[in-house]
Amino acid sequence: MCLAVPGKVVSIDHRADPMTGLIDFGGVRKQACLEYVPDVRVGEYVIVHVGFALQRLDEESARASLELFEQLGLLEEEFGDAWEQAARQESGSEAR
Amino acid sequence: MKYIDEFNDPDLARRLLDEIRATVTRPWALMEVCGGQTHSIIRHGIDQLLPDEVELIHGPGCPVCVTPLDVIDKALEIAARREVIFCSFGDMLRVPGTDRDLFRVKGEGGDVRVVYSPLDALALARKNPDRQVVFFAIGFETTAPANAMAVHQARRLGLGNFSLLVSHVRVPPAIEAIMTAPQCRVQAFLAAGHVCSVMGMAEYPELADRHRVPVVVTGFEPLDILEGIRRAVHQLERGEHRVENAYPRAVREQGNPAALSMLEEVFEVTDRNWRGIGPIPASGWRLSEAYRAYDAEHRFDVTGIRTEEPAVCRAGEVLQGLIKPTECEAFGTACTPRTPLGATMVSNEGACAAYYLYRRMTDGPAQRGSRIPREELNTVG
Ligand code: SF4
Repeated sequence: MCLAVPGKVVSIDHRADPMTGLIDFGGVRKQACLEYVPDVRVGEYVIVHVGFALQRLDEESARASLELFEQLGLLEEEFGDAWEQAARQESGSEAR
Repeated sequence: MKYIDEFNDPDLARRLLDEIRATVTRPWALMEVCGGQTHSIIRHGIDQLLPDEVELIHGPGCPVCVTPLDVIDKALEIAARREVIFCSFGDMLRVPGTDRDLFRVKGEGGDVRVVYSPLDALALARKNPDRQVVFFAIGFETTAPANAMAVHQARRLGLGNFSLLVSHVRVPPAIEAIMTAPQCRVQAFLAAGHVCSVMGMAEYPELADRHRVPVVVTGFEPLDILEGIRRAVHQLERGEHRVENAYPRAVREQGNPAALSMLEEVFEVTDRNWRGIGPIPASGWRLSEAYRAYDAEHRFDVTGIRTEEPAVCRAGEVLQGLIKPTECEAFGTACTPRTPLGATMVSNEGACAAYYLYRRMTDGPAQRGSRIPREELNTVG
């Protein structure tokens, strides 16, 4: 949960309360709250932590980080099934 | 330098390392505050690529690890109630309480749900008006604004069935506690980048000045960390102690004003107990007066739960950088991710888990990055 993952703003729902947008994290798409980056636009990159965009980011560094996250399996850690991960841990067969 | 090829820009990594090597003339101890940074360091073997003079000490920046045992026990007690849907981030599931964890409570019939965001918990409360939805609100300054928004919304919507079990912690008082500890060896800090994305850098100049310690705001990708180290060493060698921002792409001087004002509305500073470390003054947040009604501790009357931490676990010393995980007797024997004695062995960001995953004795499955010489590993037990 400590991760903050960069993603691209695909769409923004200004009427949603709180303001929400669809964010693309290198293929995985999730809704995130955009209230803390109120003037963000579609196509820009943001850093998202527990479903909240915290800062905007330039495209180049966002892409580089995403690639790295992917390589390291961090995206799976962040968005994967936590119950499965916990069960794997409990049975001692966690493989990374 | 064979592992450097795993970096996303090996040439830049090599240049940064060369520059560090060229600058350093004597031993320095740097603490990386954030658990995400610790994992990145161990995973990529950054500590082993650095010149011998530069030592990295792992800091207390893992929110799962520092959540005190009595708060875990409170969570377990609440989660076991029939009327409750207990929502948590996934990495809290296997953090040991006194005699079980959330994973077990779920197995015993408790309605424990993993959410990605506190807003998911809020949505559950709207959908289940006849149940009590409790969200386990842990985390540092990075996570607190999200949790603040959830409870703010709950109040605005008049949701009577939503509450937070709050255990938020703040970084600067922890740095203060580390610097004033008599055994402290830390000479510079790599501050946690994403904490500063929210809070900005205003809290650090005074700390840096008073303790004459460089503070370099650092990201947690390998190259970010090398850059943070490069700048910290540069300052140390010149006898400087400034606050520097080595992560400008995500950190603005003033932080995130919208998030800060929400924090100010919903939370107020309070003393907090840190797992393994003990109480640190003004080191956390609790719900402010206006939001007190959303406090799960009061709603479910668990404020009285107090528990002792297991004596064998040395997580407190690990979290303060006084010992390395491998110096703990139980490491890799009595304590593994499967049978964790402390949260630092369970959490994705915990230092004990990082060492276990990447620096384990070679009898386990081959791990990338596990390349400690055998002689050293004998001391591991
Ligand atoms: S190895 Fe286990 S028992 Fe030892 S400090 Fe780490 S979590 Fe605690």
